[in-house]
Amino acid sequence: MTGISVPGTNLAMEVQQASGAAGAAWLLLVLPALGAAVLLIGGRRTDKWGHLLGSGTVIAAFVYGLFLFLGTTSLAEDQRVRDLHLFDWMPVNALDVEFGLRIDPLSLTFVLLITGVGALIHIYSIGYMADDRDRRRFFAYLNLFVSAMLLLVLGNGFVTLYFGWEGVGLASFLLIGWYQGKDFAATAAKKAFLMNRVGDVGLALAIFLMFKTMGSTQYDVVFAQIGNQSTATVVAIGLLLLLGACGKSGQFPLQAWLPDAMAGPTPVSALIHAATMVTAGVYLIARCAPIYSLPQAADARLAVMVIGAVTLLIGCVIGCAYDDFKKVLAYSTVSQIGYMILAVGLGPAGYAFGILHLLTHGFFKAGLFLGAGSVMHGMNDEGDIRRMGGLARKMPVTFITWTLGYLALIGFPFLSGYFSKDAIIAAAFSEPGNRGWVFGGIALLGAGLTAFYMTRLLILVFLGKPRWKDLKSEDGRDYHPHEAPATMTIPMIVLAVGSVFAGLVLSGMLPEWLTPSIGPLVEAHGPLSHGMIAVLTVAISALGAGLAFLLFGRGEQPVTRPRRVSFPVRAARADLYGNHLNEALFARPGTWLTRALVYIDNRGVDGLVNGIAASLGGSSGRLRRMQTGFVRSYALSMLGGSILVIAALLMVRFG
Amino acid sequence: MSVISSVLLLAQEPPAPPKVEAPPLDAVWPILIVLGAACVGVLFEAFLPRHQRWPFQVVLTLLALAGAGVLLATYISDAPAAGELAMYGTLAVDRPALFLWGTLLALSLGAVLMIADRSVEPGGAFVASAAIRPGTVQDRAQVAATGMQTEVFPLTLFALGGMMIFCAANDLLTMFIALEVLSLPLYLMCGLARRRRLLSQEAAVKYFLLGAFASAFFLYGIALLYGYSGSVQLADIAASAGGSDRSDTLLFAGMGLLVVGLLFKASVGPFHTWTPDVYQGAPTPVTAFMAACTKVAAFGGILRVLQVAFESTNWEWRGVLWGVAIVSMVIGAILGLTQTDVKRMIAYSSVAHAGFLLVGSIALTDKGLSGTLFYLLAYGFTTLATFGVISLVRDSSGEATHLSQWAGLAKRSPLVAGVFTFLLLALAGIPLTSGFVGKFVVFEAAIADGMAPLVVVALVASAVAAFFYLRVIVLMYFSEPAAEGPTVTVPGAFTTAAITLGVLVTLLLGIAPAFALDWAAGGVFAIR
Repeated sequence: MTGISVPGTNLAMEVQQASGAAGAAWLLLVLPALGAAVLLIGGRRTDKWGHLLGSGTVIAAFVYGLFLFLGTTSLAEDQRVRDLHLFDWMPVNALDVEFGLRIDPLSLTFVLLITGVGALIHIYSIGYMADDRDRRRFFAYLNLFVSAMLLLVLGNGFVTLYFGWEGVGLASFLLIGWYQGKDFAATAAKKAFLMNRVGDVGLALAIFLMFKTMGSTQYDVVFAQIGNQSTATVVAIGLLLLLGACGKSGQFPLQAWLPDAMAGPTPVSALIHAATMVTAGVYLIARCAPIYSLPQAADARLAVMVIGAVTLLIGCVIGCAYDDFKKVLAYSTVSQIGYMILAVGLGPAGYAFGILHLLTHGFFKAGLFLGAGSVMHGMNDEGDIRRMGGLARKMPVTFITWTLGYLALIGFPFLSGYFSKDAIIAAAFSEPGNRGWVFGGIALLGAGLTAFYMTRLLILVFLGKPRWKDLKSEDGRDYHPHEAPATMTIPMIVLAVGSVFAGLVLSGMLPEWLTPSIGPLVEAHGPLSHGMIAVLTVAISALGAGLAFLLFGRGEQPVTRPRRVSFPVRAARADLYGNHLNEALFARPGTWLTRALVYIDNRGVDGLVNGIAASLGGSSGRLRRMQTGFVRSYALSMLGGSILVIAALLMVRFG
Repeated sequence: MSVISSVLLLAQEPPAPPKVEAPPLDAVWPILIVLGAACVGVLFEAFLPRHQRWPFQVVLTLLALAGAGVLLATYISDAPAAGELAMYGTLAVDRPALFLWGTLLALSLGAVLMIADRSVEPGGAFVASAAIRPGTVQDRAQVAATGMQTEVFPLTLFALGGMMIFCAANDLLTMFIALEVLSLPLYLMCGLARRRRLLSQEAAVKYFLLGAFASAFFLYGIALLYGYSGSVQLADIAASAGGSDRSDTLLFAGMGLLVVGLLFKASVGPFHTWTPDVYQGAPTPVTAFMAACTKVAAFGGILRVLQVAFESTNWEWRGVLWGVAIVSMVIGAILGLTQTDVKRMIAYSSVAHAGFLLVGSIALTDKGLSGTLFYLLAYGFTTLATFGVISLVRDSSGEATHLSQWAGLAKRSPLVAGVFTFLLLALAGIPLTSGFVGKFVVFEAAIADGMAPLVVVALVASAVAAFFYLRVIVLMYFSEPAAEGPTVTVPGAFTTAAITLGVLVTLLLGIAPAFALDWAAGGVFAIR
């Protein structure tokens, strides 16, 4: 660290009251929410035009967001952070939770990303979900998600943020479980919800802790007073917020839900599980820049960096071994968010780069997912890349847009990923001492691995021999790969253009634009020059891609995946045993506890079942015998509890 | 009865000199109206012909609730802020008591509407003559007939009167009598179900036996506390505990027994064992009444006893109640996971909620008090509407409460499934519902009072509990409907009104809770 920190107080004092066009910022939330309400309440009557309404509200929100953005750019820099007070939510005693919006460069950036990518994905879904009987409900959920996500980024306090945080969790849960007939979809939905709850507990505790120490949960008050708190408090808040971020953003050790979430429809994977919701953790940490930038928070920031670095490696390694198109992309998302978390963990030297990577990633990853959706759409919903191959000819538009996204992701010079990822790698190297080498080295290694698994994906899907020709899909049909309709290809094209140019356009302007929200970008210099790092990154990426070509580009690829493989591959296929870890740590003790409690309670439960049987059979003698038994056992448990309570009371007093 | 009379004898020495000369009735008019209407209701039963009883009772009960509400409102407008003592110091009519009275009256209104409904279950959820042996020919005949036991209306009013006295009682004997007044009608009402009456009567007997057991604990606690301080007045106990060289064994053993009696009524684990059976067996409107109103009254009593009588000794007992709260939350959250019956599941949910409420109750601050009061209001309405919805899902044999029968309900009846989802989310504490605000204020008060570890447990428990609410949502939306599944009855005006009331309050308290939080924070107990 260069030792410069952003004083939180300065950031907090510049808050202006919003007026004029910004005074109607609540429209951003209300438009999609209204769409969801109409579609859900209207029911089947809205089937004919529901998808148009759903897309329309998000497009309208995007247009309004654009106006808001342009209006803000014309303001002086110290007036760009504005609060819009809507109403007092819970004003009582010392607790004063207000419901308001914060319109500032950071939130506006997210508004444009959410509504922009959101609108494209809505349009794409018109085609993708055309055959689904419940397309209208799908759009209602998507609208619900957009509304909640906008609330998350626009709220001007942590409680409002938490509100949106739960809302997106709920929408994501509903959408992961979309394919109701499939067991794994319901399981995946539950898994996502539960692992998110673990993170939510962290966030909730952070909020309570803020309230306890600072008496408020509004951004302006918290950021103004955080500097006066003890180191322990600041670190605790930092770590708890990080736990929340890990849950929502699929970071280690809570990463396992995100790949499973791919059970949902592909537009959902693109919108929620790649471009927007999963970046909420990055947003949270960037938003809390005044907390993490404090010198007292150095330990918390180190934890952020470690989590980011570990996750980015895990994601890359597992991504190399999977054969499911969307799961590889999901692990790629896990690892790219790891990059972002690493970046925001670097402090003022990295916040802007984290957000920059978030935006470019929003473009190319959404594009890659839509491409994957287009492939699967044309291949009878087949997801196994070993059953594909040679699809470039059949789907030229998909192939070209996908390849552009692929090049952007692996950091091909002058495409989006090149600007954003290299900046993070360079910033990581500039950490002082050994840290710089460790984090920089990991980030660099990650770039090589990313190039490897993405190239593998490209080869197996689009190049090589068409392995699908002799195969049939699960439902017994032949594969007839074909290009997708225009409602699907146009969003892909738009996103591909974004993947190519976003980095170039944004990398110059973004740090300055975000300064009012997250403080100025601190240029940091490490032992290696930026030019050298750029060359190194490109070289390592090329190495990874070349290796993939050598391994997969030549010869036949087996259609079923090889069983006898080395340990690293087995470990990667088993998600590096992340699920086993979770199971050992959380699930199994939970199961034991449940079993034990059920066993204790069993007499009651059994009795109930038998009681019903007895009452149905009319065998009153048997029932009477049971009844006394149960009341006796209930009374016994009450007596036991009472003795415990009294004994404890007396022991506390006299012990 | 000999126990009671001996305690009464013990208390025979003249009560503490009345702090107020003439009993000012204006403070207790709501109670008098409710109990008076109950007596009139009994007369109706005696003198009106059978077919006229239902309309008369319904009108009388609703009028009594409305009248009591109006009198309460007029009294609140010029009540002394510090509260006052009424009926020779036996009742403390202070702000928390008034808030609880208002809550109880409003919740009872919803419950009475559900009790009065005769369209969901033809003829009402109550059988005409519960004394006929279940399963006999006569019994089958009366199940099919549409007659209804109208004595439930005065019974409800008696129970309500007892609850109102219970949360304002200023001495332990009044509290005990109120406890019996509120419990006895409930025992009876549990056994009056039209369908599945064996289960219903089994529940009633269980509730009665265990309730008597808990009352004995309560009474023994009173006796020990009387032995300790020479008085049953809460304030005197507090004064003795504050500074004396008397035997602390008596104090803590007495307090333990007393609190156990209260925890039983509030269905706090591990004293919850009756809850699932009784919630399941009782007629659903009665379950709604119990789940909402008994909880309010019991926690009103717990708050008063802990804050008024035992505040000075809280260092000794607080750790123990920490443990009880944790046990309750864990039992409720984890056992709720394995339930297969909707009513039992909500029962375990109420055990978990009792744990959350206990967390707020042992935060002995103004914020703890107001947070818990708000939570009671919010939870009462949510749970009332929840049971209202449960009563609508039926098949040929009555209510279809097995979870498997709820599969795919959203396809059959999107409105009911949507309302139920909203209520479950409120129970889980998701924002935009009153459940979130309630949990927020209670946990925040607990944190401010230095109980962070307990709040961590509470948050984890609520995360676990969210799972079983979610399971029902998944089942309703993501499963194929069962082939011979239940149908959703179109409710009549009464049940519709009750559910609408509960849902609207749940939503209102989630979006704009400010006014209710202000009410709840209006004042503290009269004597501390």
